[in-house]
Amino acid sequence: MPATWDWEYAWEITPDLIEGMVAIVVATVLGMIVAVILGLFLALGRRSDNKWVSYPVAWFIEFVRSTPLLVQLFFLFYALPQITFLPRAISTMSPLVTLVVALGVHYGCYCSEAYRAGINSVPRGQWEASTALNLKSSTKWRNVILPQAIPRALPPLGNYFVAMFKDAPQGSAITYAGVLFVARALQSADFRTVEPFTIAGILFLMVSIPAAMAVRRLERRVAYESD
Amino acid sequence: MSQIEYGPEPGAKGAAAVEMRQVTKAFGELVVLNKLDLDVDPGEVVVIIGPSGSGKTTILRVVMTLERIDDGYIQIGDRQLYHEEKNGELVRASEKHIRSVRSDISMVFQHFNLFPHMSARENVMLAPIKVKGISTDEADEKAQKLLESVGLGDKLDHRPSELSGGQKQRVAIARSLAMEPRVMLFDEVTSALDPELVGEVLNVLRELAASGDMTMLMVTHEMGFASEMADRVLMFDKGRVLEQGPPDKIFKDPDHERTKSFLRAVLSH
Amino acid sequence: MLEELFLTSRQYQNLLEGTWVTIQVILGSFALGTVMSLIMGVARLSDKGWIRGSALVYIEFARGISAIILLFWMFFALPILFGLGGMPPMLAGILALGLNMGAYGAEIVRGAIQSVSKGQYEASVALNLSPRDRLRHVILPQAIPIILPPYGNLTIEVLKGTALVALISLTDITRVALVMRQNRVLSDDPVSVPFLFINVLIIYLILAQIIAQLFKVAERRSAKKFGST
Repeated sequence: MPATWDWEYAWEITPDLIEGMVAIVVATVLGMIVAVILGLFLALGRRSDNKWVSYPVAWFIEFVRSTPLLVQLFFLFYALPQITFLPRAISTMSPLVTLVVALGVHYGCYCSEAYRAGINSVPRGQWEASTALNLKSSTKWRNVILPQAIPRALPPLGNYFVAMFKDAPQGSAITYAGVLFVARALQSADFRTVEPFTIAGILFLMVSIPAAMAVRRLERRVAYESD
Repeated sequence: MSQIEYGPEPGAKGAAAVEMRQVTKAFGELVVLNKLDLDVDPGEVVVIIGPSGSGKTTILRVVMTLERIDDGYIQIGDRQLYHEEKNGELVRASEKHIRSVRSDISMVFQHFNLFPHMSARENVMLAPIKVKGISTDEADEKAQKLLESVGLGDKLDHRPSELSGGQKQRVAIARSLAMEPRVMLFDEVTSALDPELVGEVLNVLRELAASGDMTMLMVTHEMGFASEMADRVLMFDKGRVLEQGPPDKIFKDPDHERTKSFLRAVLSH
Repeated sequence: MLEELFLTSRQYQNLLEGTWVTIQVILGSFALGTVMSLIMGVARLSDKGWIRGSALVYIEFARGISAIILLFWMFFALPILFGLGGMPPMLAGILALGLNMGAYGAEIVRGAIQSVSKGQYEASVALNLSPRDRLRHVILPQAIPIILPPYGNLTIEVLKGTALVALISLTDITRVALVMRQNRVLSDDPVSVPFLFINVLIIYLILAQIIAQLFKVAERRSAKKFGST
């Protein structure tokens, strides 16, 4: 093994790979913002009394959750530009924007399920009290239901954040300069495979494992407080 | 009801004595068993009574090795349960040794703990096949005999979910007997039953006790049964034996005030 | 425009060949993943600290590393490290996806085993069953109905993950589509890119539904066989 590992080279490429990690984190944070907001709308849409809203939303969520993120990414990157009637701004998104939209929509569907579970777990009595107090729908949602639903949805949302982080490197397939893209570029340029991919993996673990532990702690705290 | 045939094989040793010496068990700060000394003769039926939290269930659990003792010695027959001899000295036993001695002990639980995914017959057959290595046919025959002798000959292929509480407990007793133990422990085995189902279980226990072939250690609230079938009754409180004696003595003329007040509270329903 | 939604029969044939590759990958990954899930899930509950610890290390590592990075590392770096010439992409795909799946599956198995009532464990001790027989005949059968629903979801996630093998040039559905896209300018029947990918998505959707149905059947049968009702 020492013969195939060049420490000098390893130290040399690490800064570039760290930059790639930062790019992954950026994409994940932006994607999560989209997912969290979109998810809430999808959840509310699914609960709509209007069947013309709730059914299509449910199908859309099922469709997105059952199909690979990678293919959705390719669809946005390769297929949208071919659709002539779309405005140019949408049909030619940069790799970062494409990745953020793909992550946001894909995980927005997962987040919507987390919100749904959170909303459904709010005790029935809260809904009935709101009716008894004759609260407006917007007041009921903003002041009674959501404040109770969202804390319960936080641990799954945290899990999706970590999951999205692990999916973000797929952006390398559409040339987004995340850590995997950098590793592949180094592979082509320097003809070395062991150091780039190994360091990429190590850097990744250094971020994802603490993040997962933080989410687990959040899970325990929420469970503790709800008892 | 026919005679309970758990038929120890010829050459088997029959009921075993239980000797507990200075047994101590604590859960964190709480000392549940406090240097307990307890002797049970082979074939003796000993009933333990006492308030909840007194530690009486823990006595059964440490004998069944569901909890491990912190200190002290437990002897089953002529073998130490938690210790073995190595180079002439008594040391903490290996798991292998504990398992070997444990084969002489069995336990029936308050909540039955039958295997829900197996029929009554399969529940009784499993352990003899897997632990004693007897053939499936032989185990089947024994299971049938045992279940018939506890009055469940027509429920052989029923699942536990299809049985009443009393029937489940009788299956549990048959299941334990199939392993031919020399000591049997009964942890409040009628407490979870509807009152009208208690009798059928007590009948089975009565036969077992009357045979004199089984050492029985029971925790129970069934004072009627105890006064009828027990050779000895132990009043247990705060981790120690408060007093013990024949049922007549304990139930009719106990020495301690605590025993008196406990019996008053229990027997007043 | 609706005619464009449907591809030519030759294009469907290509996609079908890609589908067969995808199916091979998912089957292989599922097999490896299930073996790892069972072994590691049980290992997490072992009495021996080093077994528990090793299982934990595997789970944290194989989960934390993200399937795509593991895939690239296995395909490009691993062969060099061990002096092998190269690695067949199918093998790299199955290894990466299978080990990744095993880590998630192990937690499902562990949780299910722990949720089997303690009384079952105690009855097994009272009957002096060996730990192995206890696991095989008492605990696991009761754990299976609990394992199946989340395990079905996990399997669908792995199906989605198989698309990643396109990036190491294994000709699964996604790769076939990418090649078709690239060659469309040269080919005799040019394909509309949006509809191409929509077809691909629909194929994955169908596969996911098949998996979901298979698990539903398995759940029903296991509830009957192993369940308490």
